[in-house]
Amino acid sequence: MIDQNGITGQVLLEARDLLLVLEKREIFNIAQFTLNAGEVVALVGPNGAGKTSLLLTLALLQHPTGGSIYFNGTCSTRENILELRRRMAVVFQEPLLMDTTVLNNVLIGLRIRGVPAPVARKRAEEWLERLGIAHLKGRSALRLSGGEAQRVNLARAFVLNPHLLFLDEPFSALDYPTRRSLLVEISNILRDTRITTLFVTHDYPEIPFLADTVRVMLAGRIIKSGSVAAVLGEDAAVPRQIPAPWNSASS
Amino acid sequence: MLVLSVIGEGLIQAGKLLITGDPEMLEITWRTLQVSGTATLISVILGVPLGVVLALRKFIGRWLLISIINFGMGLPPVVVGLVTWIFLTRYGPLGSLGLLYTPTAMIIAQVIIAFPIVAGFTVAAIQAINPKMYFQILALGANRWQLLWLMLREARLGLLAAVIAGFGGVISEVGASIMVGGNIKGLTRVLTTAISLDVSKGEFELATALSVILLLLTFVITAVLTGYQQHRRQPQ
Repeated sequence: MIDQNGITGQVLLEARDLLLVLEKREIFNIAQFTLNAGEVVALVGPNGAGKTSLLLTLALLQHPTGGSIYFNGTCSTRENILELRRRMAVVFQEPLLMDTTVLNNVLIGLRIRGVPAPVARKRAEEWLERLGIAHLKGRSALRLSGGEAQRVNLARAFVLNPHLLFLDEPFSALDYPTRRSLLVEISNILRDTRITTLFVTHDYPEIPFLADTVRVMLAGRIIKSGSVAAVLGEDAAVPRQIPAPWNSASS
Repeated sequence: MLVLSVIGEGLIQAGKLLITGDPEMLEITWRTLQVSGTATLISVILGVPLGVVLALRKFIGRWLLISIINFGMGLPPVVVGLVTWIFLTRYGPLGSLGLLYTPTAMIIAQVIIAFPIVAGFTVAAIQAINPKMYFQILALGANRWQLLWLMLREARLGLLAAVIAGFGGVISEVGASIMVGGNIKGLTRVLTTAISLDVSKGEFELATALSVILLLLTFVITAVLTGYQQHRRQPQ
């Protein structure tokens, strides 16, 4: 079966025997990790569990010490890594915007891919509009509030029309009202686009808003996996009014 | 009073030289720009890529290389001049090239002075970027050259500081230029060596005038570079 994005089959990303050792320390050792097409997976666990390292490795940004990563059935190699990477997008906790205008930041990934300028600009403006930051397009990206900067960061990722999206605690540095509104907006976007997403978070209340399934990571291993209800419990699996103040301690 | 008189006379003479467009002064100034500008350009071409590699790549001996570069940032020009002279003198390893007492010899010596400054500043500029920016640019789909270009673009304020420091280091040095250039009138005389000669001859007014011109030249060039560096970085 081939869908509109050219994605075949059910499994979009599969990692086998994935091992990462940095400075003689084992960061993670995972026999198998899969992401099904259209699925939004929350990856949770304490600090130091290896979540971000796993995300970087699955996003083909960090070379694993061992194991293989298959994207849509194709094993990633030195030769095809750029092509595969260009079908993914990553949103980090920090916005990491370039020292240029908001619009140029959103255009960077499209320019890198050689998308014609008028097409790129139209797509960028559409996403700026959708994320409510169209009025900021001419402003320097280094003069934005935390919430505005993270919206630019999200627009920069969504504009690439990725087959696979990685979100690395994108809301954790934001204040409560900004977090709440962004969470709802991202939830709507993911529901509309059905982009396969791996979502790293510390905050359990975020999970039911975005995720279909949850993987729990501890000391470099996936120790639990299943639906939100199965992992968090029936009660916690229902999206509800986000408690305020909302922080890691409350979760 | 004598000091004030010398400075006053020097300023008047500098004004006269500039207004009348004294041919010798113009020739020396132009050569100064050619020699120091070329040396700075070569130092940027060599120093920036080396700085990027040292900042971004892990390899054995990296810290030693960075230490050598940092050490090189403070090389005394007169020592650089002496070593270059030993290499270029008729019986030296490169003596057959016949470069001693030519502008090329002065450029070589100035590159040895400016290259570590540019490389050292580049390392600092690249390392000042958030380390995660490397991953972010890769995640945007950049290939190796796009990554390099975007990293350099992000570090451009620091890189301009590298150019300013490198140029400032060579346009103001006299020891190396006089040793390998010989201060030959019409061939290798630049502003700093001309000033040195005028002082040794007791022509303090002329030396002061040339100093004023050298300061003006250096100020104009660094002001242009600084203006470009700072116009996008107004305090919030």
